[in-house]
Parts: sequence; C-alpha cells; structure tokens
Amino acid sequence: MATDVTQQGLGSSPQRPAGYTGIEPGERFARHDMQRGFDGLETADTLERGLGWFSIALGTAAVVAPGVVSWVCGTRSPALMRLVGTRELAAGVGILTQADRTPWLWSRVIGDTFDLAALSVALIRRGTRGRAAVAMAAVAGVTALDLLASLRATGSRAVPTVQGVSGRTDIYLERSVAISKSPEECYRFWRSFENLPRFMQTLESVRQLDEGRSHWVAKGPLATRLEWTSEITADRPGEEISWRTVDDSGTAHAGSVRFEAAPAGRGTIVRVSLHYSPLGGALGAGLVKLLGHDPQSRIREDLRRLKQVMETGETPTTRGQPAGQRSLLGRVTRQWGIS
Amino acid sequence: MKANVWYGREQLHVENVPDPKILNPRDAIVRITSTAICGSDLHIYDGYIPGMLPGDILGHEFMGEVMEVGSEVRNLKIGDRVVNPFPISCGACFFCQQSLHSLCENSNPNAWLAEKLWGHSPAGLFGYSHLLGGYAGGQAQYVRIPFADVGPIKVPEDLSDEQVLFLSDIFPTGYMAAEQCGIRQGDTVAVWGCGPVGLFAIKSARLLGAERVIAIDRFPARLRKASQWADAETLNYEQVDVRQALEVMTGGRGPDACIDAVGMEGHAHGVFGGYDLLKQSLLLETDRPTALRQALLACRNGGTVSIPGVYGGFLDKVPFGAVVNKALTVRSGQTHVQRYMRPLLELIQRGSIDPSFVVTHRLRLEDAPRAYRMFRDKQDSCIKVVLKPWADVPTVEPDKVQENGRILH
Repeated sequence: MATDVTQQGLGSSPQRPAGYTGIEPGERFARHDMQRGFDGLETADTLERGLGWFSIALGTAAVVAPGVVSWVCGTRSPALMRLVGTRELAAGVGILTQADRTPWLWSRVIGDTFDLAALSVALIRRGTRGRAAVAMAAVAGVTALDLLASLRATGSRAVPTVQGVSGRTDIYLERSVAISKSPEECYRFWRSFENLPRFMQTLESVRQLDEGRSHWVAKGPLATRLEWTSEITADRPGEEISWRTVDDSGTAHAGSVRFEAAPAGRGTIVRVSLHYSPLGGALGAGLVKLLGHDPQSRIREDLRRLKQVMETGETPTTRGQPAGQRSLLGRVTRQWGIS
Repeated sequence: MKANVWYGREQLHVENVPDPKILNPRDAIVRITSTAICGSDLHIYDGYIPGMLPGDILGHEFMGEVMEVGSEVRNLKIGDRVVNPFPISCGACFFCQQSLHSLCENSNPNAWLAEKLWGHSPAGLFGYSHLLGGYAGGQAQYVRIPFADVGPIKVPEDLSDEQVLFLSDIFPTGYMAAEQCGIRQGDTVAVWGCGPVGLFAIKSARLLGAERVIAIDRFPARLRKASQWADAETLNYEQVDVRQALEVMTGGRGPDACIDAVGMEGHAHGVFGGYDLLKQSLLLETDRPTALRQALLACRNGGTVSIPGVYGGFLDKVPFGAVVNKALTVRSGQTHVQRYMRPLLELIQRGSIDPSFVVTHRLRLEDAPRAYRMFRDKQDSCIKVVLKPWADVPTVEPDKVQENGRILH
C-alpha cells in the first residue's frame, strides 16, 4: 500500500517540494567546498578545518615516526603512540570530509582527555618531566580549541544554518498512500487543518495565524513537545499543498503533499515528501528512530490513518477491548504501538 | 463475561474477563449463542501462530444476538440474530469494493507488523494473533464486532444455529477452495484433509459439478463422512501410496485440481515427516507443508492447486519447479467470507446442503480446553466442536460418549 522511497543523507531526491529553497541531500557537500573553499572562510570553519589538518599532521607523524614523537612527549611507548596517531588520522579525515563534523570534533576532545591522562603519567616520572610538561601545555591549548570548536558546532547545529531547512543533516523522505476518494475530496480534507489531528497521531493542535501561516504543536519523543510555525508556499486546490517552517522554528522542515488521480478511477495517490533537519543530526535521528518516533514511520502510520478516516470514517482499534491477564511482555508491546 | 483465553502452547483457561464495549461508531456487541473451534485455532493451540500474546481471547466462528450497536450501524438492530464472518472488513476500500474482503486495507490496527512479515497486510481477524489485529475473539459470552454494518448477516429463525453457524468460516472456506479450482464438466478433484474445511470443500466441489472427488485422510471416521455425505472416493494415506493411487484413478494424468485443506501442521510418516518436525521445532521452518508438496506433484499438467489450509511463514522443500514446468495455477487466500455468506445461506435454505452434518460434539464454553485437546488429537472421532457459552450442558467425558461420537444436550 505504501511506497517507500525514503532516502537519507547522500543521494538526490527525485522531486523537490515546490517552494523548497534548502539544499538537496548530497548537494550540500559539493556546495560546502565551493563556497567555503574559494569565497573567503568563516572563522568557525577555519578553526574546524585547521584542527582537521592538525590532526592529519600529528597523526601522520605519530604513525610514521612513533619513536621520535613519543621521545618529544616524554612517553615511552611507541606502540601507544601509533594508536594515538591512527586516532588522530581518523578524526582529521572525519572533520575534513564529513558533512556533519560535530561528532568528529567531539572525538578530538575525548582523545585530548586521554592524551592529558597519559602525559600526566609521564609528568610524574623523573627524567621525562620537562618534555612532558611542554607537551602537556601544548595539548591543553589544543584541547581548549577543540572544545571551543565542538561546542560551537553543536550549537550551530541546533539552529538551521540555511534559511528554511537545511541544518547539519538534511533528510529527505517520501511516502504515499492510495485512497478510494477523488483528489478533490482528499485535498479538501487535508486543507481543513482542523482535520489533521484526526489522523496525525502526535499532532496536538494547529492554529491558523494568518492567511498563509499557522502554528503547530505536537508531542515529541520522551514526553517532549515540539512547536513550529509554518507558512504555505504552494496551494493548488485538488493538487498540492506545500509548506515550510519559518526561520526561527526549532524543528526545521519543508514538505509537500500532492494529490494525484490514480488511473481508471482508482481514487487518489496521496504523496507526502519532506525535507527536515533532525535535532541532534544523524545521531539524533537514529535515537529518535529507536524510540519509534522517526518521521518515516510516523508519516507511514499517519497516511494509513488518513486513508482509514477518509474511507471508513473511523480508525480501527482494539484499545479498551477485553483480554485475560496480560504478562509484562504483553503490556510492554502495547506501549510500543501493537494493539 | 466468560471467555476462552490463550496463555501459551496448550494453555487455555476459561475465565472471567470484562465485557466488551462499543469502541467505534460502526461497532456492535453480540451475545454469542453458538461458537465453534476451528482447525486453524489448533495452530494457535499448538503454538505455531506468531504474534499471539498471553491473555488473547480466541475464536472466530460465532453467531448470536445483537445487544448493542454503534451510532453508524443502521442495518442491524438490537435483538437481530446474526452470523459473523471471521475477517473484519470495512466495505469501502479497494479490496472490499471488489469483494476481496479478507484483504481489507483498513481493518488491521497492526498492519505495519504484518507488512514486515508478508510485505502487505491483509484484513484483521477475530482472535487470530496480533499480526492480524489482535481482536478479541468469539469463544466468549459476548464479542465486539467492528464494521458491524458490513460483516454480520441476519439469519432466519427457522434455521438452527448449527445450520448457519458455519457460514462464519468453514463453509465459505471450503466453498471458495472448490470455486478456485475452476471446476469444469468431467473434472476430478482431490482433497487432502477431511477435517471440516476439507469436508465442505468436497461437498462444494460436488455442488460445483465435479465428476469425481477423491478424499485423502488417515482417520476412518473422517473418510467415512466424506464418502457418505459427499459421495467421495476415499484414500487412506496410511494404507495406500497416494501419488500412485491418484495416477491409477486418473489414467496417469493426475487430478484436474488439488485442494490442500491441511495447512501448516501436515502429518507425515518417514523421513520427510521427521525432517519437517525437526526443522519446525528448531524454527528453521515455520510450517510443515506435507500435503502441499504432495498436491503440487500429484496435480495434472496445467491444473489448479487450491490452498485453503493455513500457512503462516516460510516453507521448506516445496517443489516449485512443478508449478513452473507443469504450468500449475496456485490459488489461496484467507476466505472472502462476506462474498459467500448470502449465496450460501440460500443454498442452505433451499436444502442443497445442511452444514450441521460436520458437528460431532456440543460442549459448554467451560469445556473449551478439553475440547481443543480432543479435537487436536482426534479423540472420540472428533471432527467439529460447537461450544455453548450460555447453556448449562452437563459435562460428558469423551470416553463415555456413544459410538456415533455425539454429545447431546
């Protein structure tokens, strides 16, 4: 029933929603290099890239000449130094190549903590104390920079950096459902926003602010509450409704729903596509998926309920029916959405 | 109310649970007067149906009296005597509009679970696992019927419960199995399994004009029913080689159509029997497709294999090469009961068939756990058990029952 052409991360979306001005998945990396590489660098970017190259340089040295580097630092283990070098190389490559640098920057902070601990051992030993102290001061300085860059990257990720949609991670997904009603009926039902909470399970309310803008309140994962303001970017009766969140919304997304007449009077294919930047980036998106709140299953189930409400006037349920004694397992599965 | 509740493999308890209530505008509540144990309930009893949870109320063959209707149910009123189909169907979706009711797109609240296992979800069913909706079943004193304006049909007072009860499942199921064979004049139909569905398939094949019907089982009482009631020729697979016998009976060509009314717990002797039992118990296969294998091999070139027997998951060593190279048509499906109820009720009213012939035991709802065991083990020549949720039938031990196997109340 539901087509699943969801794509995450890299890859190009077949159709972008009308009015969508953000970056396509996959497009962002190329553009990132173009803009930042040649058109003058922002300070944040300079620092991050600088740390990336620093990682590569230090990592290469530590892997190629572990003996020399460990002598300089006052430590005695070239084998350990080689491991440190490998870690540095990984962090450097991560920072310089990945669209979302934040976890790689944080990995440097964690690495620094480890290095400081290792150096403090060398500091206690007589004979290497001088060199270790110098190395430790250097590492502490780098740690401060790493921490600064990481915090800044995390902070900037919570707020979309590109107008409308694109945050650090842009996710595109699309789902559709076939409904035995005309495109006009489906459009009318959806366009009356007060109908939306009838089939969007987490949606609590939609309040019309003015002609094009509305304020949305929904339940988020772990008893949180999500709110956003969105504006309609396209509204073609019987065909399409598109929207995107306005600048300061925490849950940035742009979406569209299209109503396509199915062949031979087989009703309508209602097609929803969505670009969004999950809070917490890819990691956050994964966590939310584990909690059963990922937008993909959400949209799949919401579209299923839309079909049920439109075709039958109700949604099927077993909540409140009799049963024998439920085991703990039985009660837990109901919490996870099994009726 | 009292209900037959599943707590695990071979663990049934008839106990008090809350009464059902109306949950949706198209619901109805029915006071059950008769309810039956289906062969497919035995797969649940034996623990082979995935998605069951302890505490589930069983039963999907039931009838009774309408007690309460939701605000959107206009075709039923309180006091109507109705028989209910086992699939739950909305009547409005793509499939319901084509009378493919068991494929209803809107009645399974756990559709996403079924999609994970089968790709797409069929209709929700009463008392048949959470994969199929987790709806409370009808081996109880009351039941809630969703989409009550589509499913249950009113039945005339002059027909007894037992004459119309099996419109809920096994009569339409056997009938659809035979109908799917596309029977033409002169056709021979072989039916594996002479349980209730097999018997109805045999009788239906006759009604649809089959020249010969060959019934295959190992229990003499069941074979006797097939031959007496539907004039079938019989093969006891413990006494003859079924494949060879079918060849001889059909001039070496094989039956024109084969019906597998056995399903996932096929019984087999020898190497293959042991092989399937072992693999099934190790969860390396979910079903024991003994009858299906044989039916595919026995069927004539270009013939039809119709499968009313329930299979749940993944089958092993199924000779699919036979399907391709013999150009077989394979047809199956949970029964679109709603499609058949009215025409088959007419057949009953005309006297063409009296479905009550399959009933061998009438017991109280409280006897359900014992009845399941008896039915599963074919004790006392048990073929079909009808449970009475309200009647105070005295309990009769199986070994005290008369030769004809009937417990009368």
